[in-house]
Amino acid sequence: MSENQLIVPTMASVAAKGKEAEILFWVGCAGSFDDRAKKITKAFVKILNKASVSFAVLGAEESCSGDPAKRSGNEFLFQMQAAGNIATLNSYGVKKVVTACPHCFNTLKNEYPALGGNYEVVHHTQLLKDLLEEGRLSLQGGVYKGKKITFHDPCYLGRANGVYEAPRELIKKLDAQLVEMKNCKQKGLCCGAGGAQMFKDAEPGDKEINIARTEEALEVAPDVIAAGCPFCNTMLSDGIKNKEKEAEIPVLDIAELIAQAADL
Amino acid sequence: MAYLPQIIFLLVLLAGIGFFTLNIRQLIKNIKLGRSVTLEGSKRERYKNVALIAFGQSKMLSKPVSGILHLVVYLGFLIINIEVLEIIIDGLFGTHRIFAFLGTTYNVLIATFEILAALVVVAVAVFWLRRNVLKLSRFWKPEMKGWPKKDANLILYIEWVLMGLFLIMNAADLQLQQLGADHYVSAGAFPVSSFISPLLDGMSVDNLTMLERGAWWLHIIGILCFLNYLYYSKHLHIMLAFPNTYLGKLTPSGQFAHNETVAKEVALMMDPNADPFAAPAADAPIPERFGAADVMDLNQIQLLNAYTCTECGRCTSECPANQTGKKLSPRKIMMDTRDRLQEVGENTKLNKGEFKPDGKQLLGDYISAEELWACTSCNACVEACPVSIDPLSIIMDMRQYLVMEQSAAPAALNNMMGNIENNGAPWPYNQQDRLQWAQEN
Repeated sequence: MSENQLIVPTMASVAAKGKEAEILFWVGCAGSFDDRAKKITKAFVKILNKASVSFAVLGAEESCSGDPAKRSGNEFLFQMQAAGNIATLNSYGVKKVVTACPHCFNTLKNEYPALGGNYEVVHHTQLLKDLLEEGRLSLQGGVYKGKKITFHDPCYLGRANGVYEAPRELIKKLDAQLVEMKNCKQKGLCCGAGGAQMFKDAEPGDKEINIARTEEALEVAPDVIAAGCPFCNTMLSDGIKNKEKEAEIPVLDIAELIAQAADL
Repeated sequence: MAYLPQIIFLLVLLAGIGFFTLNIRQLIKNIKLGRSVTLEGSKRERYKNVALIAFGQSKMLSKPVSGILHLVVYLGFLIINIEVLEIIIDGLFGTHRIFAFLGTTYNVLIATFEILAALVVVAVAVFWLRRNVLKLSRFWKPEMKGWPKKDANLILYIEWVLMGLFLIMNAADLQLQQLGADHYVSAGAFPVSSFISPLLDGMSVDNLTMLERGAWWLHIIGILCFLNYLYYSKHLHIMLAFPNTYLGKLTPSGQFAHNETVAKEVALMMDPNADPFAAPAADAPIPERFGAADVMDLNQIQLLNAYTCTECGRCTSECPANQTGKKLSPRKIMMDTRDRLQEVGENTKLNKGEFKPDGKQLLGDYISAEELWACTSCNACVEACPVSIDPLSIIMDMRQYLVMEQSAAPAALNNMMGNIENNGAPWPYNQQDRLQWAQEN
């Protein structure tokens, strides 16, 4: 039990001890509340614990980054959320932020500076790649050795911020066979959740976007569909269920793949 | 009397260029109806974008077939323009092939023009086939019905005619040179028109001269007409692609515009010393509208974007909403913005610089809320555009108007925003429970 116990310090508790965490792990709403995404959060924390990364979370002091509000057109609500979060982050003197959600990543990295929040923001795949390269984390066992893994580029990580390689390098480090969908990287097809679509029904059409993307993934006959975003994960998992393939093809976050390969 | 052709040429040239200048001034006036923009970021990077994206056609080549064909037409357009320079000098001074003194260089130039002209004829034919026979789906979307379809084909026909006239002119010239006709210096190499020339065998010098002069005049008049057609067509991209790529976004595409109007309101709300009941000062400016309902609410770069769009539809073919049958088409967003801007521009011109409300606006009369709400903000359209147009920014500005001025978001989004306001998450969970996952197994 104690072995599996996650160590998740909060910024408040670290500050109370007069210490500082090197990195703030921004968990995000999905990572905090969504049952599927919570598994990703825990897998990532296991890796952070294993690599002895000095990190902390905001816990109850964290609030929605404002991404869905801004993309819905509610700039007011976005700026109010941002102002609150920036006040919290600045009060702890946060310098570096890591998050497993590309929407939080994009918002904190690109849209908080204009409102007074300046941090080095990285996506968790970027941090994981650094940990492996610095030798702070090693992979053995190779559960995914030789498996066909395809990576779905989250729009807010890829096109929006040009991060295409970090997640792919991690898949290669698993000794897995990276297979690309016909639309990948700059041309990656959206999962359908962005721009606050996650929270509403789609407009009338002849297909759901997540089904279209799932079909593209199935075309390359992967053993695993890898994602790097909790919302993409939900959309593709739903797509796979729709195609009744959930027993054969899991949709997993890169952090989950690494945690399993590192036997965590 | 000997100077009559030169005088006519001068008048035609002045009329062509003059009318074009008037239209361009109107275009600039229309663009200035939008909000002004402060340009940020390095000029160096902006020039680099012009060099790579506009001059270098870098984004066109992501679709290799249309990319290479377009490259041919583009190079033809750029290089054959050197020939137009000669035509203008000849026309004004009554000379013939004034650059002939260049000798071998001249032969190489003319040969290059001819080969390019032939390649343009072929490329334009393939374009026409792709559009009208193969019926590529992006050319057959609902917004392409009527004028846009005619416009596209008309441009192809004009290019054909211009290239054809150029080659006929050279073929007749070659015959005249071989016949040793007066005035026709022996100059130039004609790798393409030398195949047309035999068709003219046996024609008299007079008839050949008429044919050569006719083709020459029609060619230059055609070019001037085409120049003036630009303003009324989708073809303005041949000029506007350059300023448009210069003004393209330099920040990451995920970084959406910072709304300063809202920032001021938020600052006021958070200022403990601000008096919430204070009446605004008598000379206070009218507060700016949140977001965009009409073209005047958009910024000048967005309006330039609309004029730059050549309706290629690469954005629409990459749009996930459009691919799955939703009404949204990023190309239509740009076309609607341009059409409405033309309408507002005409209205403003007729009413002496003051827009007289016409009971219409971009939102609702051109672009429906359904289209706007179908966007996933995935940036595929922005990435796909070969000339740095940003349809997404217009969609987002219009969403801001719908939500902040009209409270007209879909009910599900209102729920989501209510949740964020009340408990700091898009779902109805208690903020105090944000760390509960750490205790769960």
